[in-house]
Amino acid sequence: MKHTLRHSRVELALHELVSGTGRPLLLLHGLGERSPTAAPAELADWPGGVFALDFTGHGDSTVPRGGGYTAEILMGDVDAALGFLGGATVVGRGLGAYVGLLAAGGRPEQVRGLVVRDGPGLVGGGGGSISPHIARVDSSGPVPPDPFALVELSRDLRPRDYAASFARQATQLSGLPRPISVAALERPEWLAALTEEIGVEQRPLADALRDYATLD
Amino acid sequence: MQDPEPSYPGARAPDREFRVDAAGVGIAVYEWGEADAPPLLLAHGGFDFARTFDVFAPLLAEAGWRVVSWDHRGHGLSDHTELYSWDADLRDLLEVIDARIPAPCPAIGHSKGGGMLMQFIHALPHRFTKFVAIDGLPSKRPHPDVAEHERTRLLGKEISAWLDHRRRAAELVRKPGTVEELAQRRKRMNPRLSDEWLLYLARVGARRDPDGWRWRIDPALRFGGFGPWRAEWSLQRLPGFPVPLLGLLGTEREPMDWGTTRASVEPYLPAGAELHVVEGTGHFIHIEQPQQAAKRVLDFLAS
Repeated sequence: MKHTLRHSRVELALHELVSGTGRPLLLLHGLGERSPTAAPAELADWPGGVFALDFTGHGDSTVPRGGGYTAEILMGDVDAALGFLGGATVVGRGLGAYVGLLAAGGRPEQVRGLVVRDGPGLVGGGGGSISPHIARVDSSGPVPPDPFALVELSRDLRPRDYAASFARQATQLSGLPRPISVAALERPEWLAALTEEIGVEQRPLADALRDYATLD
Repeated sequence: MQDPEPSYPGARAPDREFRVDAAGVGIAVYEWGEADAPPLLLAHGGFDFARTFDVFAPLLAEAGWRVVSWDHRGHGLSDHTELYSWDADLRDLLEVIDARIPAPCPAIGHSKGGGMLMQFIHALPHRFTKFVAIDGLPSKRPHPDVAEHERTRLLGKEISAWLDHRRRAAELVRKPGTVEELAQRRKRMNPRLSDEWLLYLARVGARRDPDGWRWRIDPALRFGGFGPWRAEWSLQRLPGFPVPLLGLLGTEREPMDWGTTRASVEPYLPAGAELHVVEGTGHFIHIEQPQQAAKRVLDFLAS
């Protein structure tokens, strides 16, 4: 079942992969991907519903004119889903993992645990200043995904202290002892900084979900 | 019935208007001066619009320049869009100069427009000859002197307020009013402007709806914010700036100013750069003192 949510002028597709009454699990895809059509088998033990969000410019969500993507805008996408679901445990792949971190810091009461996983767009454009460049975008290929999203969200900057500040908001304001779990192996700068924060635990997906499933 | 053209001493509507298609986003472009005169690019600041140059730009045009300016997406007569970002603004600008400016030219930018042009000129130095920043030079802003946990709480509140704004953004509309009321709202940003000048700016920057006048700026846009970008990055890049540079700074502190002072920016200026402080002005030097600002700019361009 597909729900259509609104984030400013964008319509977002939220796919209900498994119906349930417990706290929902919200899946965030990687850069250039779209939501899966069925819940992955590794999530079979989750006690609540399972939902998957198509980010702006991806899957069944609106492809806007002329780009303008930032990870912060996608945090707003996640916030629209959190508003609809009333809170969720979040599992993010690649870009979805970084956006999940922003959402965990931005809405610490509504993200009841975040699992960071490997996937497309995990690295971004690095953690510091880069040589200025005006990227021309070739939009002749198949859409979705939006080619502007592929360009802009593969070079967005993710400073270590910026990522750490969102982790601190999650740890200090969520009331959870371990609000962020890192199940990824790749270590971009922002993720290395994340793993140094109190309340961020490196553990497999299954362990993290077992823990988060017991939260009130 | 068409509203009569507003007037103000020295103000002149653009001589030509164009529309540039930036990947589906309509960008309003304006020119003052002879069509075959050498081009000069002029960039407005955030939450402003190109017609605020209606006094400043004609002064430059009268000196022999074809002044080219544009409304950033979401501002003035340019399209309101789904997404806004710094990189998208830079890409829109590339479409504008590709369409209207074939040869290297000087550029002037105010505030956000200055910051955009600094990055743009660094990326494409072969397309520019000189640069003037009107309160658009970077400044290393000190962190507020608060404890770490308090800083976390403050940032959390800021992000939460931004997300709340995003949830409402689709339904937001600007508050209607009379032209006089809009002028008085603008006066909060420009406290030293005459009422006559403010009324003119309101007339050219607002549209008349059935229930009153509204500023054209997209209500989905929001002041302030947060993000990964650091002013220090621009500051550290300044010593290697690739074309001759003039910075104009005001002396009156205002909510929208960049906090840049001569002392804070001078150590980073490239050799030969000029810095001029316009006494008694704030962030909007070219609107407050267009004649003085134009004279400084023209002297610099002629040097």
